[in-house]
Amino acid sequence: MEPTDVRDPAYYHRVVDCQYACPAHTDVPGYIRLIAQGRFDEAYLLNRQSNVFPGILGRTCDRPCEPACRRGRVDGDPVAICRLKRVTSDLKGEIADRLAPIPEQKNGKRVAIIGAGPSSLTVANDLAPLGYEIDIFEKNDQPGGLMRWNIPSFRLPAEVLDEETSNIIDRGGVRVHYNSPVASLGDLLGRGYDAVYVGSGAPRGKELDLPGRHDEAESHIHIGIDWLESVAFGHIDSIGERVLIIGVGNTAMDCCRTARRVGGQDIRVMARRPREYFKASPWELEDAEEEGVQIVVNHAPKRFVIEDGRLTGMEFDVVTWDEGARHSSVVETITVPCDDVILAIGQENAFPWIERDLGIEFGEWDLPVVDETTMMSTRPGVFFGGDAAWGPKNIIWAVAHGHEAAISIDQYCQGHDVADRPPAGQNLISLKMGMNEWSYSNDYNPSPRQEMAHIDLTRRFESLNLEVELGFSAEQYAREAQRCLNCDVETVFSPTLCIECDACVDICPVRCLTITENGDETELSGRLNTPRANPSQSLYVSAPLPQTGRVMVKDENVCVHCGLCAERCPTAAWDMQEFTLLTSYAGKPGVTHIPVRATSASEGGH
Amino acid sequence: MPSITKPLIPLAPLPTNDLGLTIRDYEGAMSTLCAGCGHDSITAAIVQAFWELAMPPRDIAKLSGIGCSSKTPTYFIRGAHGFNSAHGRMAAIATGAAAANRELTLLGVSGDGDSLSIGIGHLAHAIRRNVKMVYVIENNGVYGLTKGQLSASADIGTRPKKGEANVIAPIDPIMLGLSMGATFLARSFSGDKEQLVPILKAAVAHNGFALIDVISPCVTFNDHEGSTKSYRFVREHEVKEVVTDYVPVREEITATVGGRGSRTVTMHDGSVLTFRATPEGYDPTNRLSVEAYIRDHQRHGEVVTGLLYLDESGSSMHEVNHTPAHALAKIPVDRLCPGSAVLDDLMSDFR
Repeated sequence: MEPTDVRDPAYYHRVVDCQYACPAHTDVPGYIRLIAQGRFDEAYLLNRQSNVFPGILGRTCDRPCEPACRRGRVDGDPVAICRLKRVTSDLKGEIADRLAPIPEQKNGKRVAIIGAGPSSLTVANDLAPLGYEIDIFEKNDQPGGLMRWNIPSFRLPAEVLDEETSNIIDRGGVRVHYNSPVASLGDLLGRGYDAVYVGSGAPRGKELDLPGRHDEAESHIHIGIDWLESVAFGHIDSIGERVLIIGVGNTAMDCCRTARRVGGQDIRVMARRPREYFKASPWELEDAEEEGVQIVVNHAPKRFVIEDGRLTGMEFDVVTWDEGARHSSVVETITVPCDDVILAIGQENAFPWIERDLGIEFGEWDLPVVDETTMMSTRPGVFFGGDAAWGPKNIIWAVAHGHEAAISIDQYCQGHDVADRPPAGQNLISLKMGMNEWSYSNDYNPSPRQEMAHIDLTRRFESLNLEVELGFSAEQYAREAQRCLNCDVETVFSPTLCIECDACVDICPVRCLTITENGDETELSGRLNTPRANPSQSLYVSAPLPQTGRVMVKDENVCVHCGLCAERCPTAAWDMQEFTLLTSYAGKPGVTHIPVRATSASEGGH
Repeated sequence: MPSITKPLIPLAPLPTNDLGLTIRDYEGAMSTLCAGCGHDSITAAIVQAFWELAMPPRDIAKLSGIGCSSKTPTYFIRGAHGFNSAHGRMAAIATGAAAANRELTLLGVSGDGDSLSIGIGHLAHAIRRNVKMVYVIENNGVYGLTKGQLSASADIGTRPKKGEANVIAPIDPIMLGLSMGATFLARSFSGDKEQLVPILKAAVAHNGFALIDVISPCVTFNDHEGSTKSYRFVREHEVKEVVTDYVPVREEITATVGGRGSRTVTMHDGSVLTFRATPEGYDPTNRLSVEAYIRDHQRHGEVVTGLLYLDESGSSMHEVNHTPAHALAKIPVDRLCPGSAVLDDLMSDFR
């Protein structure tokens, strides 16, 4: 194999599994170390730099990072990354003075943003400090989009949402026009904005057109996201005792748990397919079951049963599935009695307000054609992001889109090519403090993953707004932070210093190092000290070693970044260096570190 | 020493040997030797060899004397018996241990100072008695614990880190063994586990005294330019023409035997040693040809490594002395020490 080029930021970025999996590339190990040092403000700001809403995401994120976490490959349970993010928000102090200042002197460019959801707010967050004047048009009377209307407040308290949206819209540079749905994009384009961003989400819940759907009992059949919105608005405060939820995504989980709080007693989530095919996150399923919701699998909805103008139940085919759950066969047909049905089978985009003669091309499923890198539509100056671009994803993807769109809008408004993206960079800083001494905690901590405490079931349903998760205690977050394997502290190798004494190979607790003759990837993979178990993880291959011409090979898969190779190396050919991915944001190519307050005593040193 | 103990990482299960033990079960405490010490690599080779042999740790006794090398038994096979003896006395203690319990596998670890200076007398007699044991000399040519003075194995012309080049002829443990009638003589290099691990396994199977001289660079005091025991010098001057494979008794021999000078030797316990390659005219069972070959290369400053000499026909200490077939430790006390009446009878025979 060719020697690995570690000067390319992509190499070490891939090693930091959590950061690589996060659409917004949050520096997870970095903020976890700051938590361990008690520097919650910095931990929060480091988060905010990439994911903008640490308090919100610390409660509601889909957590693409956690299945990717290396700790999961080591002891089966990933680090509780998401809940540690919430810790930074819960324990931070006053940070408003450390946010990027909004200049008095504007740059003369005006940007219109449609919708005040997570992707739109991210765009505003990135552009306002550059001097842009931003107008956000929001159909409701408060900001947040789906974060406010579709996520129940027992999962996400309004105060958290208010604080994090306020940090974007109340500091100048951004004007939000509430109760102002955009009826015509053509009109808006005529108002002289330099760029328009569409972040209006995927606001339409999918229909289930089965017999009985539109009969006289229609008022007892609800569309999930609309129903959640009505509960959030206070328009709905009760439901029948027996409720069926159709669908198995996270919206279905929010619906069943909300129903439990507004009068539902016997609540069943009805699924067509077996549990392993559910879209809902496993932890959301667990939380619903803890609250007494029944999850019923292999039931395909057939019709609504209406008797005397009243919804009395729903008919289902009970099915069995073949291997891989591709084809089903009906075993029997049964009726499940109920008072209300909530349909939570997905969302779709709807753009009745975009005229089709504006030069904005629409493609498959009536979605706009949007460039995946620049987020620009086929009409220059009109950008899409979040669920509005490619259909429902989740908040963290919306944030990632927002950052990219902000870069494009800035490029576009400054007269540069939007396809010209500022490159990512990297910083590598040695953490060596002395003989076998590092400025990170390198020991492996065998603690199990900490369990999130929930409010007692007897108190839980007293109020719709009572937050269920209590947050981590000091002992819990301290322990959980130590479970992190510091995957951003890289084993950086200098082949010219190596004397091939084998010390690193012998000491490695996971036997991930091998000194051997070079070969092609497949053949070399078969000669490693520990057989390569996960080819999706990189192999590091050094330049030929000075004494024998063999190469040092490292299988990155399960390295626990303990630094023993570096401690055992007599020539310091191995060093432990902190890798920082220098992500570019609008107007700020290769942003690195969070601003550290001059007066704060920087305990521990980072 | 490292700031942390080598952690136990609960990865997907590590491979196990026939006893169900992982290689981690054959490790010991963290080494306190200098980073990069050749001795640590030998420790790793010992761990590997005994794990592969699937030998129960309780059947092993680790013995050592004094020196950097003699610290290492702490760093491997934590479940084995151990004896850290007085300086140079390891061979004597091992002889006693072998006499008392012939069922133990004895693994002695010593250094060039411990074996070739203060302990050379005991080493010579252990060879002479053909005590069944593995005797590893971790040979770095210097006294590391006393700050790097040249030892008795230092070659003529080798330079210490400070001071003049050596002018006194070295003692070569392989030559000593050949002249004393040793039955298993090997030389290896700490930086070459591929060679060392099979030699260690063959040494365990050997019925008699197995001497392995392992050149083990001292990174702190003897790894510089001008040293003949540095990593670089050994790599540049090593002659690895004698190549052997060890096949345990329970495994089918599948490797094709052939090529230059290849031959097989069936060992005492039925396991097989294959000399995959030997130089032209080289006979690993002929003392004279081995000695000539090594001397010839030494003249050119070359270091010959491999399993150099083997005599499976020799009788071990117990066979020569017609001792009981089982460990003395397992003989009931009343038979082992039958009392003064039996002693009086015995004594009267000599009157």
